[in-house]
Amino acid sequence: MEAQLPVAGSPHHLTVVPALGETPVFWPGQKVRVLERYPLGHYRVPLYLRGRRGVVERLVQPAIDNEEEGFGLNAGLKRHYYRISVPMSDIWSNYAGSGQDRLYIEVFETWLEATPHA
Amino acid sequence: MHDPNHDHDHDHADADAHKEIVATERPGYFDILETALEEMLIERKILQPGEIDRQIDVLDSRTPALGAKVVARAWTDPEFRARLLADGRGTCEELGVTFYDDTGLIVLENTDKIHNLVVCTLCSCYPRPLLGLPPEWYKLKPYRARAVVEPRALLAEFGTIIPEEVEVRVADSTSALRFLVLPMRPAGTEGYTEEQLAALVTRDAMIGVVPVQVDARRIA
Repeated sequence: MEAQLPVAGSPHHLTVVPALGETPVFWPGQKVRVLERYPLGHYRVPLYLRGRRGVVERLVQPAIDNEEEGFGLNAGLKRHYYRISVPMSDIWSNYAGSGQDRLYIEVFETWLEATPHA
Repeated sequence: MHDPNHDHDHDHADADAHKEIVATERPGYFDILETALEEMLIERKILQPGEIDRQIDVLDSRTPALGAKVVARAWTDPEFRARLLADGRGTCEELGVTFYDDTGLIVLENTDKIHNLVVCTLCSCYPRPLLGLPPEWYKLKPYRARAVVEPRALLAEFGTIIPEEVEVRVADSTSALRFLVLPMRPAGTEGYTEEQLAALVTRDAMIGVVPVQVDARRIA
């Protein structure tokens, strides 16, 4: 007699549902773009980085959204920070230095979008 | 005689060293403001009595000597170094360094191919648990702007010339993560003890603006 394999949708199939924001949505090596938005107030994403494209270098432990918290809003929802790197020559058109030089920075999940691989 | 409790006379280069420290003037506007604010915060139970003094003690206990100890250990203990690069905060905690501000730590290793430089373009984020208070220039706009715009020219002003083939990596601290540069161990230090190595490691080397050099300091 063959062993009964769990079938998706059947009561035997265990599906673990992660909390919102618990699972990272970007991963190391992925190409991302920093969103180009200019909301009022003090935001942690430097202006020089908005709209720039980079690569995710590593995931950072989930954290609450500091920017929301700064306005007194703390829903307790955590999302990931992503340590991304961006070539200096992509940030500054007249960058004086080696083409390999890069900027490394942590950007909160709500400020990133995936970009198609060029 | 400046002190009646002193019955012997000795030569002091600084005769004021034994003078009693006294406050003879009325507290100024900001002294009163500070005291009033502290009292109100305690009254409203936002702070506990003694909390501010304790935090000052915490900050005073953090100096670049802690970072230097971590760097010297990493140079002499390859397993420690591997753990440090994988988990900066946890590995520093092994040495008793607490992260009172609940920041994380990433240790950035300089090699003959990569040179790391740390900045906070937004304000003055700095690995205070390990290095204490940042130097004044670290908080000023010229450093903060130039570190990301023209890091090589900035480093050159510190006397640090990075060869073209070496990649410069600038870490801009904007989250709850802090960065410590693990500088390259200088040549000619093979016989040094961990303490002798730690004495070579400067604050600026751990920010990434200068290398660690043997001839910068003398070993006693």
